[in-house]
Amino acid sequence: MSFDYFNMIIRPMLEGTKVTLWLFLIVILFSLPLGFLITLLARSRFKIVAWFAQGYIFVIRGTPLLLQLLVICFGLPMIPGIGEYLVLPRFTAACIGFILNYAAYFAEIFRGGLLAIDKGQYEAAQVLGLNRWQTFRNIIIPQMIRVALPAVSNETITLVKDTSLLYAVAVPELLHFAQTAVNRDFTIVPYFFAGFIYLVITFVLTMILKRLERRYQFE
Amino acid sequence: MAFIEISRLKKSFSGQEVLKNINFSVGKNEVVAMIGPSGSGKSTLLRSLVHLETVDDGTIVFDGRYLVKDGQYAPAHDVKKITSKMGMVFQQFNLFPHLTVRENLEIAPKVLKIQPVAEIEKRSEELLKKVGLIDKKNAYPAQLSGGQKQRVAIARALMMQPEIMLFDEPTSALDPELTGEVLQVMKDLAKEQMTMIIVTHEMHFARDVADRVIFMDQGEIVETGSPVEIFNHPKNERTKVFLKRVV
Ligand SMILES: Nc1ncnc2c1ncn2[C@@H]1O[C@H](COP(=O)(O)OP(=O)(O)OP(=O)(O)O)[C@@H](O)[C@H]1O
Ligand SMILES: [Mg+2]
Repeated sequence: MSFDYFNMIIRPMLEGTKVTLWLFLIVILFSLPLGFLITLLARSRFKIVAWFAQGYIFVIRGTPLLLQLLVICFGLPMIPGIGEYLVLPRFTAACIGFILNYAAYFAEIFRGGLLAIDKGQYEAAQVLGLNRWQTFRNIIIPQMIRVALPAVSNETITLVKDTSLLYAVAVPELLHFAQTAVNRDFTIVPYFFAGFIYLVITFVLTMILKRLERRYQFE
Repeated sequence: MAFIEISRLKKSFSGQEVLKNINFSVGKNEVVAMIGPSGSGKSTLLRSLVHLETVDDGTIVFDGRYLVKDGQYAPAHDVKKITSKMGMVFQQFNLFPHLTVRENLEIAPKVLKIQPVAEIEKRSEELLKKVGLIDKKNAYPAQLSGGQKQRVAIARALMMQPEIMLFDEPTSALDPELTGEVLQVMKDLAKEQMTMIIVTHEMHFARDVADRVIFMDQGEIVETGSPVEIFNHPKNERTKVFLKRVV
Protein backbone atom coordinates (compact mmCIF):
# COMPACT_ATOMS: atom_id res chain seq x y z
CA MET A 1 0.00 0.00 0.00
CA SER A 2 1.67 3.14 -1.17
CA PHE A 3 2.06 6.45 0.52
CA ASP A 4 0.40 8.05 -2.49
CA TYR A 5 -2.74 6.05 -1.91
CA PHE A 6 -3.02 7.34 1.66
CA ASN A 7 -2.55 10.81 0.35
CA MET A 8 -5.38 10.34 -2.07
CA ILE A 9 -7.99 9.05 0.38
CA ILE A 10 -6.94 11.20 3.32
CA ARG A 11 -8.36 14.42 1.95
CA PRO A 12 -12.00 13.34 1.49
CA MET A 13 -11.90 11.40 4.72
CA LEU A 14 -10.69 14.40 6.69
CA GLU A 15 -13.46 16.38 4.98
CA GLY A 16 -15.89 13.77 6.27
CA THR A 17 -14.32 13.93 9.73
CA LYS A 18 -15.07 17.62 9.77
CA VAL A 19 -18.77 16.92 9.20
CA THR A 20 -18.68 14.26 11.91
CA LEU A 21 -17.07 16.66 14.38
CA TRP A 22 -19.47 19.47 13.53
CA LEU A 23 -22.44 17.25 14.10
CA PHE A 24 -20.93 16.08 17.37
CA LEU A 25 -20.29 19.61 18.64
CA ILE A 26 -23.68 20.98 17.62
CA VAL A 27 -25.50 18.05 19.18
CA ILE A 28 -23.60 18.26 22.47
CA LEU A 29 -24.03 22.01 22.65
CA PHE A 30 -27.80 21.86 22.24
CA SER A 31 -28.81 18.52 23.68
CA LEU A 32 -27.23 19.04 27.11
CA PRO A 33 -29.20 22.20 27.94
CA LEU A 34 -32.31 20.84 26.25
CA GLY A 35 -31.95 17.64 28.25
CA PHE A 36 -31.68 19.64 31.44
CA LEU A 37 -34.77 21.60 30.53
CA ILE A 38 -36.68 18.39 29.92
CA THR A 39 -35.53 17.12 33.35
CA LEU A 40 -36.97 20.23 34.94
CA LEU A 41 -40.21 19.89 33.01
CA ALA A 42 -40.47 16.23 34.02
CA ARG A 43 -40.33 17.42 37.67
CA SER A 44 -42.82 20.22 37.14
CA ARG A 45 -45.64 20.74 39.60
CA PHE A 46 -47.98 21.05 36.64
CA LYS A 47 -48.96 17.48 36.00
CA ILE A 48 -49.61 17.92 32.28
CA VAL A 49 -46.16 19.40 31.69
CA ALA A 50 -44.48 16.65 33.68
CA TRP A 51 -46.52 14.00 31.92
CA PHE A 52 -45.61 15.41 28.52
CA ALA A 53 -41.88 15.50 29.32
CA GLN A 54 -41.93 11.97 30.67
CA GLY A 55 -43.85 10.80 27.62
CA TYR A 56 -41.25 12.41 25.42
CA ILE A 57 -38.42 10.62 27.19
CA PHE A 58 -40.34 7.35 26.99
CA VAL A 59 -40.96 7.57 23.24
CA ILE A 60 -37.48 8.73 22.28
CA ARG A 61 -35.67 6.16 24.40
CA GLY A 62 -38.01 3.42 23.32
CA THR A 63 -37.46 3.78 19.58
CA PRO A 64 -34.28 3.49 17.49
CA LEU A 65 -32.33 6.61 16.70
CA LEU A 66 -32.12 5.48 13.09
CA LEU A 67 -35.91 5.38 12.84
CA GLN A 68 -36.13 8.87 14.30
CA LEU A 69 -33.59 10.16 11.79
CA LEU A 70 -35.44 8.58 8.90
CA VAL A 71 -38.70 10.13 10.08
CA ILE A 72 -37.21 13.59 10.35
CA CYS A 73 -35.26 13.47 7.09
CA PHE A 74 -37.68 11.55 4.89
CA GLY A 75 -40.93 11.08 6.78
CA LEU A 76 -41.95 14.57 7.78
CA PRO A 77 -41.84 16.01 4.24
CA MET A 78 -44.40 13.35 3.25
CA ILE A 79 -47.07 14.62 5.65
CA PRO A 80 -49.90 15.92 3.46
CA GLY A 81 -50.49 19.65 3.71
CA ILE A 82 -47.58 20.69 5.94
CA GLY A 83 -44.92 18.36 4.59
CA GLU A 84 -43.56 20.82 2.08
CA TYR A 85 -42.66 23.21 4.93
CA LEU A 86 -40.75 20.47 6.73
CA VAL A 87 -38.15 19.90 4.07
CA LEU A 88 -34.89 20.93 5.69
CA PRO A 89 -31.31 20.76 4.51
CA ARG A 90 -30.28 17.19 5.22
CA PHE A 91 -27.52 18.07 7.69
CA THR A 92 -29.84 20.41 9.63
CA ALA A 93 -32.53 17.76 9.78
CA ALA A 94 -30.02 15.22 11.02
CA CYS A 95 -28.77 17.64 13.70
CA ILE A 96 -32.32 18.15 14.94
CA GLY A 97 -32.89 14.41 15.07
CA PHE A 98 -29.72 13.81 17.06
CA ILE A 99 -30.40 16.72 19.42
CA LEU A 100 -33.95 15.57 20.16
CA ASN A 101 -32.69 12.03 20.75
CA TYR A 102 -29.71 12.81 22.93
CA ALA A 103 -31.66 15.38 24.95
CA ALA A 104 -33.96 12.58 26.10
CA TYR A 105 -31.03 10.43 27.24
CA PHE A 106 -29.37 13.34 29.00
CA ALA A 107 -32.70 14.24 30.64
CA GLU A 108 -32.90 10.75 32.09
CA ILE A 109 -29.31 10.95 33.34
CA PHE A 110 -29.89 14.34 34.97
CA ARG A 111 -33.07 13.07 36.56
CA GLY A 112 -31.08 10.30 38.21
CA GLY A 113 -28.47 12.84 39.28
CA LEU A 114 -31.08 14.97 41.00
CA LEU A 115 -32.62 11.97 42.73
CA ALA A 116 -29.22 11.09 44.16
CA ILE A 117 -28.99 14.36 46.09
CA ASP A 118 -29.92 14.06 49.75
CA LYS A 119 -32.89 16.09 50.91
CA GLY A 120 -30.73 17.39 53.74
CA GLN A 121 -28.93 19.51 51.14
CA TYR A 122 -32.14 21.34 50.29
CA GLU A 123 -32.98 21.73 53.96
CA ALA A 124 -29.57 23.09 54.92
CA ALA A 125 -29.77 25.60 52.08
CA GLN A 126 -33.27 26.64 53.03
CA VAL A 127 -32.35 27.20 56.67
CA LEU A 128 -29.41 29.33 55.53
CA GLY A 129 -31.92 31.52 53.72
CA LEU A 130 -31.30 30.53 50.10
CA ASN A 131 -34.39 30.52 47.91
CA ARG A 132 -35.29 27.75 45.49
CA TRP A 133 -33.36 29.11 42.55
CA GLN A 134 -30.27 30.04 44.62
CA THR A 135 -30.28 26.57 46.11
CA PHE A 136 -30.62 24.96 42.74
CA ARG A 137 -27.90 26.97 41.11
CA ASN A 138 -25.32 26.94 43.92
CA ILE A 139 -25.96 23.68 45.74
CA ILE A 140 -27.90 21.23 43.62
CA ILE A 141 -26.61 21.66 40.07
CA PRO A 142 -22.90 21.26 40.90
CA GLN A 143 -23.65 18.05 42.79
CA MET A 144 -25.92 16.82 40.03
CA ILE A 145 -23.14 17.36 37.51
CA ARG A 146 -20.76 15.26 39.57
CA VAL A 147 -23.24 12.40 39.82
CA ALA A 148 -24.23 12.64 36.16
CA LEU A 149 -20.79 13.12 34.67
CA PRO A 150 -19.73 9.48 34.22
CA ALA A 151 -23.01 8.64 32.46
CA VAL A 152 -22.85 11.81 30.38
CA SER A 153 -19.30 10.85 29.39
CA ASN A 154 -20.49 7.45 28.25
CA GLU A 155 -23.26 8.96 26.23
CA THR A 156 -20.85 11.45 24.68
CA ILE A 157 -18.56 8.69 23.49
CA THR A 158 -21.55 6.85 22.09
CA LEU A 159 -22.52 9.99 20.20
CA VAL A 160 -19.18 10.04 18.40
CA LYS A 161 -19.92 6.58 17.06
CA ASP A 162 -23.60 7.30 16.42
CA THR A 163 -22.64 10.11 14.04
CA SER A 164 -21.97 7.32 11.53
CA LEU A 165 -25.77 6.98 11.26
CA LEU A 166 -25.55 10.03 9.03
CA TYR A 167 -24.54 7.49 6.41
CA ALA A 168 -28.10 6.19 6.38
CA VAL A 169 -29.61 9.58 5.64
CA ALA A 170 -27.01 10.31 2.98
CA VAL A 171 -25.13 13.11 4.67
CA PRO A 172 -21.53 12.66 3.53
CA GLU A 173 -19.43 12.19 6.64
CA LEU A 174 -16.37 10.15 7.59
CA LEU A 175 -17.89 6.72 7.06
CA HIS A 176 -19.46 7.75 3.75
CA PHE A 177 -16.08 8.67 2.29
CA ALA A 178 -14.53 5.50 3.62
CA GLN A 179 -17.25 3.44 1.95
CA THR A 180 -16.85 5.35 -1.31
CA ALA A 181 -13.14 4.60 -1.33
CA VAL A 182 -13.75 0.93 -0.51
CA ASN A 183 -16.22 0.58 -3.36
CA ARG A 184 -14.00 2.38 -5.78
CA ASP A 185 -10.62 0.87 -4.94
CA PHE A 186 -11.73 -2.51 -3.70
CA THR A 187 -9.54 -2.42 -0.58
CA ILE A 188 -10.16 -2.70 3.16
CA VAL A 189 -7.70 0.07 4.02
CA PRO A 190 -10.20 2.96 4.17
CA TYR A 191 -12.22 1.06 6.80
CA PHE A 192 -9.18 0.81 9.03
CA PHE A 193 -8.42 4.40 8.37
CA ALA A 194 -11.93 5.44 9.40
CA GLY A 195 -11.72 3.27 12.50
CA PHE A 196 -8.45 4.90 13.40
CA ILE A 197 -9.94 8.37 13.12
CA TYR A 198 -12.91 7.41 15.32
CA LEU A 199 -10.44 6.02 17.85
CA VAL A 200 -8.44 9.23 17.89
CA ILE A 201 -11.58 11.26 18.48
CA THR A 202 -12.90 9.05 21.27
CA PHE A 203 -9.46 8.88 22.85
CA VAL A 204 -9.05 12.64 22.99
CA LEU A 205 -12.60 12.98 24.25
CA THR A 206 -12.03 10.37 26.96
CA MET A 207 -8.99 12.31 28.17
CA ILE A 208 -10.96 15.54 28.36
CA LEU A 209 -13.87 13.90 30.17
CA LYS A 210 -11.54 12.20 32.66
CA ARG A 211 -10.08 15.55 33.57
CA LEU A 212 -13.54 17.01 33.96
CA GLU A 213 -14.56 14.15 36.20
CA ARG A 214 -11.48 14.66 38.33
CA ARG A 215 -12.35 18.34 38.68
CA TYR A 216 -15.73 17.37 40.02
CA GLN A 217 -14.40 14.95 42.63
CA PHE A 218 -14.60 17.38 45.57
CA GLU A 219 -11.89 15.69 47.58
CA MET B 1 -42.68 38.56 76.47
CA ALA B 2 -40.57 35.55 75.80
CA PHE B 3 -38.16 35.40 72.89
CA ILE B 4 -39.92 32.44 71.32
CA GLU B 5 -43.43 31.56 72.29
CA ILE B 6 -45.13 28.43 71.09
CA SER B 7 -48.72 27.66 71.84
CA ARG B 8 -51.23 24.96 70.92
CA LEU B 9 -48.94 23.61 68.22
CA LYS B 10 -50.35 20.65 66.31
CA LYS B 11 -48.93 18.57 63.51
CA SER B 12 -49.95 15.28 61.92
CA PHE B 13 -48.27 13.13 59.32
CA SER B 14 -50.92 11.33 57.28
CA GLY B 15 -53.36 11.03 60.16
CA GLN B 16 -50.78 10.28 62.85
CA GLU B 17 -50.60 13.08 65.43
CA VAL B 18 -46.93 13.84 65.95
CA LEU B 19 -47.30 17.10 67.87
CA LYS B 20 -50.34 17.29 70.11
CA ASN B 21 -50.91 20.71 71.58
CA ILE B 22 -47.37 21.85 72.34
CA ASN B 23 -46.91 24.89 74.57
CA PHE B 24 -43.62 26.34 75.69
CA SER B 25 -41.49 29.42 75.49
CA VAL B 26 -37.80 30.22 75.44
CA GLY B 27 -36.32 33.36 76.93
CA LYS B 28 -33.50 35.35 75.41
CA ASN B 29 -30.08 33.83 76.22
CA GLU B 30 -31.73 30.73 77.56
CA VAL B 31 -30.37 27.26 76.79
CA VAL B 32 -33.10 24.65 76.56
CA ALA B 33 -32.38 20.96 76.28
CA MET B 34 -35.07 18.76 74.79
CA ILE B 35 -35.03 15.08 75.63
CA GLY B 36 -37.37 12.20 74.98
CA PRO B 37 -37.67 8.79 73.37
CA SER B 38 -37.34 8.18 69.68
CA GLY B 39 -40.38 9.20 67.70
CA SER B 40 -41.68 11.58 70.37
CA GLY B 41 -41.69 14.52 67.96
CA LYS B 42 -38.55 16.41 69.01
CA SER B 43 -37.20 16.83 65.50
CA THR B 44 -40.59 17.72 64.11
CA LEU B 45 -40.95 20.45 66.73
CA LEU B 46 -37.52 21.88 66.00
CA ARG B 47 -38.08 21.73 62.26
CA SER B 48 -41.40 23.49 62.63
CA LEU B 49 -39.64 26.47 64.18
CA VAL B 50 -37.56 27.03 61.02
CA HIS B 51 -40.45 26.16 58.74
CA LEU B 52 -38.92 22.92 57.49
CA GLU B 53 -42.26 21.49 58.56
CA THR B 54 -45.59 23.23 58.22
CA VAL B 55 -47.75 22.92 61.32
CA ASP B 56 -51.48 22.27 61.13
CA ASP B 57 -52.51 24.52 63.96
CA GLY B 58 -51.12 26.70 66.72
CA THR B 59 -49.01 29.79 67.10
CA ILE B 60 -45.30 30.53 66.96
CA VAL B 61 -44.13 33.99 67.94
CA PHE B 62 -40.51 34.93 67.47
CA ASP B 63 -39.29 38.13 69.10
CA GLY B 64 -42.78 39.59 69.01
CA ARG B 65 -43.51 38.61 65.40
CA TYR B 66 -45.89 35.92 64.33
CA LEU B 67 -44.43 33.15 62.21
CA VAL B 68 -47.75 31.36 62.37
CA LYS B 69 -50.88 32.43 64.21
CA ASP B 70 -53.62 29.89 64.89
CA GLY B 71 -52.40 27.79 61.98
CA GLN B 72 -52.21 30.76 59.57
CA TYR B 73 -48.70 31.45 58.33
CA ALA B 74 -47.36 34.95 57.87
CA PRO B 75 -46.73 36.05 54.26
CA ALA B 76 -43.81 34.19 52.66
CA HIS B 77 -41.58 37.24 52.87
CA ASP B 78 -42.11 37.58 56.63
CA VAL B 79 -41.66 33.85 57.19
CA LYS B 80 -38.30 34.10 55.46
CA LYS B 81 -37.28 37.11 57.48
CA ILE B 82 -38.24 35.51 60.78
CA THR B 83 -36.62 32.14 60.08
CA SER B 84 -33.45 33.88 58.87
CA LYS B 85 -32.82 34.77 62.52
CA MET B 86 -32.51 31.09 63.37
CA GLY B 87 -29.58 28.80 62.73
CA MET B 88 -29.99 25.06 62.58
CA VAL B 89 -27.53 22.22 63.02
CA PHE B 90 -28.54 18.77 61.81
CA GLN B 91 -27.64 15.33 63.03
CA GLN B 92 -26.27 14.46 59.57
CA PHE B 93 -24.32 17.75 59.25
CA ASN B 94 -25.66 18.41 55.75
CA LEU B 95 -22.48 20.13 54.66
CA PHE B 96 -22.25 20.93 50.96
CA PRO B 97 -19.86 18.26 49.66
CA HIS B 98 -18.84 20.19 46.54
CA LEU B 99 -17.59 23.17 48.51
CA THR B 100 -14.53 23.55 50.71
CA VAL B 101 -14.94 24.23 54.40
CA ARG B 102 -14.48 27.91 53.83
CA GLU B 103 -16.86 27.99 50.89
CA ASN B 104 -19.43 26.15 52.98
CA LEU B 105 -19.32 29.03 55.43
CA GLU B 106 -19.31 31.76 52.84
CA ILE B 107 -21.73 30.55 50.20
CA ALA B 108 -24.99 31.70 51.77
CA PRO B 109 -23.79 35.11 53.01
CA LYS B 110 -22.20 35.75 49.62
CA VAL B 111 -25.19 34.68 47.57
CA LEU B 112 -27.51 36.68 49.82
CA LYS B 113 -25.04 39.60 49.99
CA ILE B 114 -25.70 40.18 53.67
CA GLN B 115 -22.32 41.90 54.05
CA PRO B 116 -19.45 43.08 51.86
CA VAL B 117 -17.32 40.17 50.66
CA ALA B 118 -14.29 41.26 52.70
CA GLU B 119 -16.34 41.21 55.90
CA ILE B 120 -17.79 37.80 55.09
CA GLU B 121 -14.31 36.38 54.53
CA LYS B 122 -13.01 37.94 57.71
CA ARG B 123 -15.91 36.50 59.64
CA SER B 124 -15.43 33.02 58.22
CA GLU B 125 -11.77 33.13 59.26
CA GLU B 126 -12.76 34.15 62.76
CA LEU B 127 -15.39 31.48 63.09
CA LEU B 128 -13.10 28.77 61.77
CA LYS B 129 -10.53 29.79 64.36
CA LYS B 130 -13.20 29.73 66.99
CA VAL B 131 -14.20 26.14 66.20
CA GLY B 132 -10.54 25.18 65.80
CA LEU B 133 -10.59 24.37 62.10
CA ILE B 134 -8.73 27.21 60.45
CA ASP B 135 -6.11 24.76 59.14
CA LYS B 136 -8.87 22.84 57.37
CA LYS B 137 -10.34 25.80 55.56
CA ASN B 138 -9.46 24.48 52.11
CA ALA B 139 -10.42 20.88 52.80
CA TYR B 140 -13.58 19.32 51.41
CA PRO B 141 -16.13 17.83 53.84
CA ALA B 142 -15.23 14.30 52.68
CA GLN B 143 -11.75 14.86 54.14
CA LEU B 144 -13.02 15.68 57.63
CA SER B 145 -13.94 13.54 60.63
CA GLY B 146 -17.52 13.62 61.88
CA GLY B 147 -16.64 15.91 64.76
CA GLN B 148 -14.89 18.31 62.43
CA LYS B 149 -17.85 18.25 60.03
CA GLN B 150 -20.26 19.14 62.78
CA ARG B 151 -18.04 22.00 63.95
CA VAL B 152 -18.01 23.31 60.39
CA ALA B 153 -21.80 23.03 60.31
CA ILE B 154 -22.05 25.06 63.51
CA ALA B 155 -19.71 27.72 62.14
CA ARG B 156 -21.70 27.80 58.90
CA ALA B 157 -24.92 28.45 60.81
CA LEU B 158 -23.21 31.17 62.85
CA MET B 159 -22.16 32.97 59.65
CA MET B 160 -25.75 34.13 59.25
CA GLN B 161 -25.57 35.81 62.67
CA PRO B 162 -28.58 33.97 64.07
CA GLU B 163 -30.28 35.08 67.24
CA ILE B 164 -31.11 31.54 68.19
CA MET B 165 -29.44 28.23 67.39
CA LEU B 166 -31.37 25.00 67.05
CA PHE B 167 -29.49 21.72 67.38
CA ASP B 168 -31.08 18.42 66.40
CA GLU B 169 -29.02 15.67 68.01
CA PRO B 170 -25.75 17.23 66.89
CA THR B 171 -23.61 14.42 68.30
CA SER B 172 -25.76 11.37 67.58
CA ALA B 173 -24.01 10.53 64.32
CA LEU B 174 -20.55 10.80 65.89
CA ASP B 175 -18.20 8.22 67.31
CA PRO B 176 -18.21 8.63 71.10
CA GLU B 177 -14.65 9.96 71.20
CA LEU B 178 -15.61 12.79 68.83
CA THR B 179 -18.62 14.14 70.69
CA GLY B 180 -16.51 16.11 73.18
CA GLU B 181 -15.11 18.58 70.65
CA VAL B 182 -18.61 19.40 69.36
CA LEU B 183 -20.12 19.72 72.82
CA GLN B 184 -17.27 22.05 73.76
CA VAL B 185 -18.12 24.40 70.90
CA MET B 186 -21.73 24.41 72.06
CA LYS B 187 -20.68 25.11 75.63
CA ASP B 188 -18.68 28.08 74.40
CA LEU B 189 -21.75 29.36 72.59
CA ALA B 190 -23.81 29.03 75.76
CA LYS B 191 -21.19 31.01 77.63
CA GLU B 192 -21.52 33.75 75.04
CA GLN B 193 -25.22 33.96 75.85
CA MET B 194 -26.44 32.39 72.62
CA THR B 195 -30.08 31.37 72.84
CA MET B 196 -30.23 27.66 72.07
CA ILE B 197 -32.66 24.79 71.82
CA ILE B 198 -30.82 21.49 71.82
CA VAL B 199 -32.36 18.12 71.16
CA THR B 200 -29.94 15.67 72.68
CA HIS B 201 -29.35 12.22 74.11
CA GLU B 202 -26.32 13.50 76.03
CA MET B 203 -27.81 13.71 79.49
CA HIS B 204 -24.60 14.87 81.14
CA PHE B 205 -24.29 17.66 78.67
CA ALA B 206 -27.93 18.67 79.20
CA ARG B 207 -27.40 18.72 82.92
CA ASP B 208 -24.24 20.85 82.62
CA VAL B 209 -25.29 23.35 80.04
CA ALA B 210 -29.06 23.68 79.97
CA ASP B 211 -30.96 26.27 81.95
CA ARG B 212 -34.09 24.24 81.42
CA VAL B 213 -34.91 20.73 80.31
CA ILE B 214 -38.01 19.71 78.41
CA PHE B 215 -39.08 16.09 78.34
CA MET B 216 -41.23 15.07 75.38
CA ASP B 217 -43.09 11.85 74.86
CA GLN B 218 -45.63 10.84 72.22
CA GLY B 219 -46.02 14.32 70.82
CA GLU B 220 -46.49 16.03 74.14
CA ILE B 221 -44.37 17.98 76.57
CA VAL B 222 -44.67 15.81 79.62
CA GLU B 223 -42.48 17.68 82.04
CA THR B 224 -40.26 20.71 82.09
CA GLY B 225 -37.97 22.12 84.73
CA SER B 226 -34.41 22.88 85.72
CA PRO B 227 -31.85 20.13 85.13
CA VAL B 228 -31.88 19.33 88.83
CA GLU B 229 -35.66 19.07 88.87
CA ILE B 230 -35.82 16.84 85.82
CA PHE B 231 -32.79 14.64 86.42
CA ASN B 232 -32.81 14.40 90.21
CA HIS B 233 -36.47 14.82 91.10
CA PRO B 234 -38.62 13.93 88.11
CA LYS B 235 -42.30 14.12 89.00
CA ASN B 236 -43.95 12.41 86.07
CA GLU B 237 -43.98 8.64 85.85
CA ARG B 238 -43.07 8.68 82.11
CA THR B 239 -40.07 10.93 82.80
CA LYS B 240 -38.87 8.55 85.48
CA VAL B 241 -39.19 5.53 83.20
CA PHE B 242 -37.36 7.28 80.37
CA LEU B 243 -34.49 8.49 82.56
CA LYS B 244 -34.07 5.09 84.16
CA ARG B 245 -33.67 3.63 80.69
CA VAL B 246 -31.13 6.13 79.34
CA VAL B 247 -28.94 6.91 82.34
N1 LIG C 1 -41.85 13.32 56.92
C1 LIG C 1 -42.54 12.46 57.71
N2 LIG C 1 -43.54 11.71 57.20
C2 LIG C 1 -44.23 10.88 57.96
N3 LIG C 1 -44.01 10.67 59.27
C3 LIG C 1 -43.01 11.37 59.84
C4 LIG C 1 -42.22 12.30 59.10
N4 LIG C 1 -41.32 12.86 59.93
C5 LIG C 1 -41.54 12.29 61.13
N5 LIG C 1 -42.55 11.41 61.10
C6 LIG C 1 -43.07 10.64 62.24
O1 LIG C 1 -43.34 11.53 63.26
C7 LIG C 1 -42.99 10.98 64.53
C8 LIG C 1 -42.06 11.91 65.25
O2 LIG C 1 -40.84 11.97 64.54
P1 LIG C 1 -39.63 12.87 65.01
O3 LIG C 1 -38.57 12.69 64.00
O4 LIG C 1 -40.10 14.25 65.25
O5 LIG C 1 -39.23 12.19 66.39
P2 LIG C 1 -37.93 12.42 67.26
O6 LIG C 1 -38.43 12.68 68.64
O7 LIG C 1 -37.07 13.43 66.64
O8 LIG C 1 -37.25 11.01 67.22
P3 LIG C 1 -35.69 10.62 67.17
O9 LIG C 1 -35.20 10.68 68.59
O10 LIG C 1 -35.70 9.21 66.66
O11 LIG C 1 -35.02 11.57 66.26
C9 LIG C 1 -42.40 9.63 64.25
O12 LIG C 1 -43.40 8.66 64.47
C10 LIG C 1 -42.05 9.67 62.79
O13 LIG C 1 -42.19 8.41 62.21
MG1 LIG D 1 -35.16 13.37 65.72
